[in-house]
Amino acid sequence: MIPSLPRPAWLRAGTAVYATAFFAFLFLPLVVVAVFAFNDAPYPAPPWRGFTLDWFGGGKGRTGLFADGPLLHSLATSAWVAAWVTLLSVAVGTANAFLIERARFAGKQALSLLMLAPLVIPGVILGISILAFASRLAQLADDLFGLELDFLRPGLTLVVLGQFSYIVAIATLTIAARLKRFDITLEEAAYNLGASRAAVFATITLPYLKPALIGAAVISFLMSFENFNTTLMLVGSDPPLTVLMYGRMREGASPVLNAVSLFLMLASAALAIVLMKGGRRAA
Amino acid sequence: MSADPARMRTLQTRLLWGLLLAPALLWLIGLIVLPHVELALLSLRVRVAPRVYEPSLAQYRTFFEEPLYWHTFVRTAVMSVIATALTLLLAFPIAWTIAKIARGQMRALLFVLCLIPFWVSETVRTLGWMILLRESGVLPQALAALGLTAAPVELLYHDATILVGLVYTSLLFMVVPLIGALDTLDDSLIEAAYDLGGSGITILRDIVIPHAAPGITAGCIVVFMLTVGNYLTPTLLGGKNSLWFTEQIYTQFITRFNWEQGAAFGFLLLVLSTAIVWLGLKLAGQKFGDVMRRT
Repeated sequence: MIPSLPRPAWLRAGTAVYATAFFAFLFLPLVVVAVFAFNDAPYPAPPWRGFTLDWFGGGKGRTGLFADGPLLHSLATSAWVAAWVTLLSVAVGTANAFLIERARFAGKQALSLLMLAPLVIPGVILGISILAFASRLAQLADDLFGLELDFLRPGLTLVVLGQFSYIVAIATLTIAARLKRFDITLEEAAYNLGASRAAVFATITLPYLKPALIGAAVISFLMSFENFNTTLMLVGSDPPLTVLMYGRMREGASPVLNAVSLFLMLASAALAIVLMKGGRRAA
Repeated sequence: MSADPARMRTLQTRLLWGLLLAPALLWLIGLIVLPHVELALLSLRVRVAPRVYEPSLAQYRTFFEEPLYWHTFVRTAVMSVIATALTLLLAFPIAWTIAKIARGQMRALLFVLCLIPFWVSETVRTLGWMILLRESGVLPQALAALGLTAAPVELLYHDATILVGLVYTSLLFMVVPLIGALDTLDDSLIEAAYDLGGSGITILRDIVIPHAAPGITAGCIVVFMLTVGNYLTPTLLGGKNSLWFTEQIYTQFITRFNWEQGAAFGFLLLVLSTAIVWLGLKLAGQKFGDVMRRT
């Protein structure tokens, strides 16, 4: 019931208890991951054997996060993939947003509906379909021209394309939502004052879109960094972080994974704070 | 050719739209439409000799004749429906609290608290659940220490564990559309219903749920889709017993390199996922485009 209506005491208490339990459930796994990054034991499990930084810096024959070559390499791979996905998604997403909001052409309705399709296709299926199609193209290039197109084989190019195929849909929605609220008379005024198309875009439209572009970029980067389903199907010999972590988690966990997870949590928290600060300034 | 400025301008505009259209078409045709056509073709053929294929429905026949495959399929669908329903039940009170009860700073704080865990990847969250639930993990040890169980019990690798993991990963995608829908519900409607003698249950049934229906539909559709297509949570929390359909797809495609069979499984999953999305929209009388823009 809403506050303006009489609420019995048990309902108030019940709401508070439920909310507390809910947030405990939400945060418990994260807290546990963070805490066991500092436990002085070879497995991330109780009992508590004392505080250590070994799982970051190494020591007592343990490989810490900063000395774990494959792990650091996969972190760099993830960042590289995410950077490309972000760049492509924001660029194509901006073009799509203008197409949806400004252009008039036959079949536009169908096209904008098709743009939403990648969001309802399970990631695994996006992955296998792109894998199969790329392999068909590679086969064709080989048969017809004797070309070896390695980028069409499982590897980072396909991972970037696979993630891009649905992340760009999200970027499009984010940017189109802001473009929809744009006051078109601002552009018309600039044209009347003699500005060129490029000048109007650079000085009026683009600055207005900036918050949405930054938002779309952050979301794209994060979604790419965290993607697992599509990536797993397209990955070659160079695993990004999620895939590497998955493999190690199946073999049995080492607290190094906790250490890298804590690092990720801090990085996303920093990103969230930057984004919120930026959002407040723009609003 | 006379350079008619007006004509030049329309030509220029058309060229510009053409340039904007190109990336969209490349994306949708090259990465969505053609790959799915390829997948359909793959699923409809059978290998008769090395590099020789014939059109056939054999892949789909295998699915219906092999109990393991369709059992896994049905199981995945049923578990996903249960997970979606549980997520809705758990998320609704919180969405209500945030949208209707909390005010000002508290409201913003609770909303951000809901978001935070989802800035961290599913892999990390699943790692947390594994540390909590495995036999040597935090909860079994705590239960044994409290004397509630004689010895630590294995809490991983049960169906309930998979459900916990799936619900956990899905909560945000339910909470956000629910808050959006409840936010627009005018408090005075609830007050009026109350003044006219409506009980909590009647108000919920006749006023709140009909108003929030678009948000509920949007949340359920997204959660169901993410759940049915999930791979990480069922395989890690369910272990060998998980029997999740995406796992069958992975096994056929990557482990056994039987792309024809894997493609057929992929299509079946796509049909299931699309059918449920369509059914959900039909039941709630919603349009696909509106629902997707809402989330």
